[in-house]
Amino acid sequence: MALTTAEILNIAKLARLHVEESELADYQQDLSAILGFVEQMEQVNVDGVEPMAHPQDMAQSLREDVVTESDQRDRFQSIAPATANGLYLVPKVIE
Amino acid sequence: MHNLTLAQQLQALAAGEFSSVELTQHYINRIESHQDSLNVFVTFTPERALEQAQEADQRGTDKPLLNGVPLALKDIFCTQGVKTSCASKMLDNFIAPYDATVVAKLQQAGAVSLGKTNMDEFAMGSSSESSYYGDVKNPWDLSRVPGGSSGGSAAAVAARLASASMGTDTGGSIRQPAAFCGITGLKPTYGRVSRYGMIAYASSLDQAGPFGLSALDCAYLLQAIAGYDAKDSTSVDQPVEEYTTNINKDIRGLRIGLPEEFFQEGLDADIRAKIDLACDQLRELGCVIKPISLPNAKLAIAAYYVIAPAECSSNLSRFDGVRFGYRCEDPVDLADLYSRSRSEAFGAEVKRRIMVGTYALSAGYYDAYYLRAQKIRRLISEDYQKAFAEVDVVLSPTTPTTAFKTNEKADDPITMYLSDIYTIGVNLAGLPGISIPVGFSQKLPVGMQMVSTYFAEDTLLRIAHQFQQHTDWHLQTPAKFE
Repeated sequence: MALTTAEILNIAKLARLHVEESELADYQQDLSAILGFVEQMEQVNVDGVEPMAHPQDMAQSLREDVVTESDQRDRFQSIAPATANGLYLVPKVIE
Repeated sequence: MHNLTLAQQLQALAAGEFSSVELTQHYINRIESHQDSLNVFVTFTPERALEQAQEADQRGTDKPLLNGVPLALKDIFCTQGVKTSCASKMLDNFIAPYDATVVAKLQQAGAVSLGKTNMDEFAMGSSSESSYYGDVKNPWDLSRVPGGSSGGSAAAVAARLASASMGTDTGGSIRQPAAFCGITGLKPTYGRVSRYGMIAYASSLDQAGPFGLSALDCAYLLQAIAGYDAKDSTSVDQPVEEYTTNINKDIRGLRIGLPEEFFQEGLDADIRAKIDLACDQLRELGCVIKPISLPNAKLAIAAYYVIAPAECSSNLSRFDGVRFGYRCEDPVDLADLYSRSRSEAFGAEVKRRIMVGTYALSAGYYDAYYLRAQKIRRLISEDYQKAFAEVDVVLSPTTPTTAFKTNEKADDPITMYLSDIYTIGVNLAGLPGISIPVGFSQKLPVGMQMVSTYFAEDTLLRIAHQFQQHTDWHLQTPAKFE
């Protein structure tokens, strides 16, 4: 299982990670090795086996749709990188 | 004071032999002497600890379970008003705005917190070398790793820098460092302890648990932290056992299974010999030992390194440079803000796992990787269930080798992954597991793992406790830290 540099760049884009040109070869080598390693999963026949998402196959527990939290905007925004007037600031999105 | 177990310290505190302030100050002095050589703490909070100790000393009758004992917490548990970094540059500036349920429960139980311990970045690793704050050293040999990811918490207890500590275990991150550091570590059943406020790595595998010098010490901590929590939708609403009392029950007649697959090639011969001796001891205590088989166990690491990265790629998408954590300088647009903040602040192993997980979940590859891994997960879980029809406990070494050298495996992710071969299947199946020290190989501790069916932590603690009543491996102290 060998990934191309184009595939590495596409994965990085999906993962919102910036990969430098100089890092491409290392990513190619490491990711290809890991994917090669997990190929041993093909050794076993899994036909008819139900995928297991929760260790005890429990159903997702639900709660009443009621307000349980108080407004703590100031507290949470006090640790944000950039805010103004109670809003989180990001670079301009719409020209 | 520091060579007493937590259970003994509780007795001494109750008898007035020393105060919590005296005990806490004693550990503070020890931490100040040893932090530079071990790098155990990311954030050390002596003033806060002394305040909590004073409060503990002032409590009157009807003291809570852990009143006045000083603990160390892995820096993955959100602690209100205290930096909670997960050993990442991403959260180097993150002061948690709320307490994890585990933190709140330990406080309610009267425990003192000495600080937050070092670990592999975002709990991804087996050596505690990938921390943004530098690697942690093994108290038994400073040229070796303490294991990981909860290496700081394990080393803190081994070096007697805290009465006990808390870690988390996603693929072995409590049991493997407990083995490498010669202490007792318990990973509870998935859902037994709330994950609320515990920074997520792989949500279907993560579970918090204690480190202590003894099984009884771990029982005390588990008693304090176990239980249903409405704030964690995967926590299980099931009564909590009386761990600290059940631990004294007899273990005669308990059936212990040795999986043949875990005693084959790759296992150090000396470790095998120590496990054999421990089994002899358990036979003398009345346990019945028989061979069993876990035929799909060999696929556990492969399935894990699809499932855990997949869940990690999803969980870590929350780190976007917008709401909290690291933000890159002068982003040109939103995409640049996301990708540069993440690339500049995540370390190499975290990025590797995000990339692997993103690929495994991407269009066209989901069935071949994630879905197949989830099916194999069921096969591994069914192997354990079949075993538990015949035996009460599955016993094996915790690790195939003793603690390895710093940098020995740092450049080769797959070799590092293989050091978790005996522990990972337990997380995939969601079972409880314990590691206890059973001897030394070339002056390094050897750990033995026991695994039971869901919510049978009391059985594991009982066997470990009875074993420790008749042996003293768990009381050995590294020479530099006596």
